[in-house]
Amino acid sequence: MSTINTTINGKSEAIQDVDPSTPLLWVLRDHLGLVGTKYGCGIAQCGACTVHIDGSPVRSCSTPVSAAQGKSVTTIEGLAVNVGALTAVQQAWVEHDVPQCGYCQAGQIMSATALLKANPNPSDADIDAAMSGNFCRCGTYPRIRAAIHSAAKAQRGEKA
Amino acid sequence: MKEMKSQTLQAQEGRNAGFGTALSRVDGAAKVTGQAKYAAEFTRPDLLFGVVYTARIAKGKIKRIDTSRALAMDGVVDVLTHENSPRVTHFDLKLKDMSAPTVGHPFRALDSDDILYPGQPIALVVAETLEIARAAARLVDVDYEWQDFETDLKRATPFVPKVPGVGERKPKSRGKAEAAFASSPVQITGDYHLMPEHHNPMELFASTVFCEDDGRLTIYDKTQGVKNSHCYICNAMGFKRAKVRVLSPFVGGAFGSALRPQYQLWLAALAAKKLERSVRVVMTRQEMFGHGYRPECYNRIQLGADDQGHLKAIINSAVTGTSSYENYTESIVSWGGMLYQCDNAKLDYQIARVDTATPCNMRAPGGATGTNMFEIAMDELAYASNVDPLELRLRNYAERHQLKDRDYTSKALRDCYQRGARKFGWEKRSPEPRSMREGHELIGWGMATGVWDAMMAPTSVRATLHADGSLEVGTATADIGPGTYTMMTQIASDATGIPVERITAKLGDSDLPFAPVEGGSATAASAGTAVQKACHALMKQVLEQANQLENSPLSGARMEDVDLVGGRIQLSENPAQGMSFSEVFTAAGLDSLEAKKFGRPRMTRKARNTHSAVFVEVRVDEEVGMARVTRVVNAVAAGRIINPKTARSQIIGGVVFGIGMALEEESLADHRIGRWMNHNLAEYHVPVNADVPDIDVIFVEEEDHEASPIGVKGVGEIGVCGTAAAIANALFHATGKRLRDLPITIDKLVTD
Repeated sequence: MSTINTTINGKSEAIQDVDPSTPLLWVLRDHLGLVGTKYGCGIAQCGACTVHIDGSPVRSCSTPVSAAQGKSVTTIEGLAVNVGALTAVQQAWVEHDVPQCGYCQAGQIMSATALLKANPNPSDADIDAAMSGNFCRCGTYPRIRAAIHSAAKAQRGEKA
Repeated sequence: MKEMKSQTLQAQEGRNAGFGTALSRVDGAAKVTGQAKYAAEFTRPDLLFGVVYTARIAKGKIKRIDTSRALAMDGVVDVLTHENSPRVTHFDLKLKDMSAPTVGHPFRALDSDDILYPGQPIALVVAETLEIARAAARLVDVDYEWQDFETDLKRATPFVPKVPGVGERKPKSRGKAEAAFASSPVQITGDYHLMPEHHNPMELFASTVFCEDDGRLTIYDKTQGVKNSHCYICNAMGFKRAKVRVLSPFVGGAFGSALRPQYQLWLAALAAKKLERSVRVVMTRQEMFGHGYRPECYNRIQLGADDQGHLKAIINSAVTGTSSYENYTESIVSWGGMLYQCDNAKLDYQIARVDTATPCNMRAPGGATGTNMFEIAMDELAYASNVDPLELRLRNYAERHQLKDRDYTSKALRDCYQRGARKFGWEKRSPEPRSMREGHELIGWGMATGVWDAMMAPTSVRATLHADGSLEVGTATADIGPGTYTMMTQIASDATGIPVERITAKLGDSDLPFAPVEGGSATAASAGTAVQKACHALMKQVLEQANQLENSPLSGARMEDVDLVGGRIQLSENPAQGMSFSEVFTAAGLDSLEAKKFGRPRMTRKARNTHSAVFVEVRVDEEVGMARVTRVVNAVAAGRIINPKTARSQIIGGVVFGIGMALEEESLADHRIGRWMNHNLAEYHVPVNADVPDIDVIFVEEEDHEASPIGVKGVGEIGVCGTAAAIANALFHATGKRLRDLPITIDKLVTD
């Protein structure tokens, strides 16, 4: 057992009494109560558990918490500073009716947010490549594509 | 949640949110900020964690189960097995939940030393943390007695079940099909097959049972019906109904898998009962393959026609799998039997026992399997009779339901064909297989008909208007993703004129008025009708209160004399003369008014169905056998559409399920050991972003108040019916290969 010092959604956290090999997902969910990040498969296949470490998307179910030592972790709870200030991606998600059951959407949004940071003007092919590791059983994919295009425009200051 | 809701709705404020409005989902903001909480996400400091231990053999007995090493681990509280679990009811009847098969013995976890199927739970390790429970579960040691088993449907023995199908979809033959087939100048015979599919909703099955200080239980459960879970678990374990409350505010997908209470609820409740401690049990993805699934199906279809493609005979016999302990049946052969004008049809259906968990409903159960297979057969007939596939359907169009020989409440399928074909550009299709190509890819265009039921079930809704003008509508239904919260809000707004941001829809709570399970595409019609009725009754009460006030501006006014606008009740002829609801409440000295109403289907002898026409383009790279769906147009006739935005999402979701059925999804068993081999999301392939093109959805609206009082037929399942066939037919058009074995994976496409 050890202590992991990390930053979660902008706040310094000293996570006590944790095995350094514990998946980050379970530290977020069980130790910190941040349950917005979901468990879907446990083997980094479905993307439901996607969070950012220093801005890059990772599958938290298969990332040991030790990988967050000294780094900055962002989860779905850290995107919007308050409910009145959804990010462009979240706003587009609502407007396009992307979520149905909603369970995979935290992971989808974290992947989409990372994509737009790396590529502010993605093509359909870019989106398919970046987003195909995030499963959705409700089949929201066409709207994910549309919402990413909308969010990209909004972020570039164009009218969606 | 409430805050979140308001935030989403602010942007839509002032908009008319009545029928037909593309209102954004009222829980949208909660779902994009991680605030929506699912069954495994409610917690308390004293919560225990249960981890399941599953049988390692397909069938047999537990000879010895040794839990001593697990129990010795620090932090382990108990290991429940059949040897030490609390007693449950002896009566099967008490375990017949709302979606249980009529015939059979419902599964009881940890009830005996019998192992009925691979992956059956045989122990629950309960510990102070999830990590300890998981580690201790590895120390459980079991000796088994193996028994002969069969997991291969092909080798199982089919029999005719006593209860052969659901409701009026029992296979019913007519005419003399065999003679008519023999004398038909055009004949096709096809043997179709569908592999088993597992639902794999993204959320794992989870139940969190809180033991309250006063002896009550509060249970957060992943379920499509809180009343079903509530009734089942109380019956099973002898809990007093008033002392148990089941909640399920959000469900992370289910697709039928959460219609029946799953075993994690049983295990969590059993542990809570024994230990008198709060317990949570969550399945792993692997364990998600140890319960219901869409059964494998073998289906022989023979069609006879004249040389113009007019159907003369349908001979259709199908077999699906069930378990050793329940008779799960689906309606497979009835869809083709009802859909087309044909005087002679011989329809047979059998089931056969395999040693798996009992299969269960999966999005359009029976319909997805049966319609898609029949529609591939129709495509074969089109080629055999040299008639365009769309024209073939029009030549055989039935104005009446052929199984029941009754009229439909409505059937705008002809319009679906026409509008879908126009949008798709069907008339530009070159009929010959392998005749369309671009670069290294063959292009294929295929189409199919979809059909599903328009069901409705009795549902009760309570509507409460508060003095501040806010409205609550509540019923114990679920929102597994279709947008039930939104639909209820919208219908309430439509019926009361109250803006959506002043309305709260409540569901997923067994304390609310009765609703059946959310399934069969029936919730919008069922809960929607009840919301409307309750709101109308409530508005009548408001007017009566206003009528009675001294110097009332609404004195003597009847409902037909007034308009309800923005939280105000006013005379139609003189809108300035009226009162806000708050003014009525203040003047009458009321805090709230309440109306509870039951919505039920209208009596009719007519058939109630939804229909669709699906058009698909595929591109096939023959060298590597890779098929892509590149275009889909799905024209759907499903009565009135409450919300085109959320309804479109539902159809798209159905089409994506159809893509999975056509090209990707199959649960593969190793029949030598009787176990699923690909029980994870790496090897059970589901459609991902790159597999799914933009999907064009057309709603052909039908004015139909016989299907349901609000004219709604439901859109949850029609999207999957026909889609897989349209893809298979497009693959034939592209490649000239007729593939009858779903899913059509790369290996089948590259094999000559």
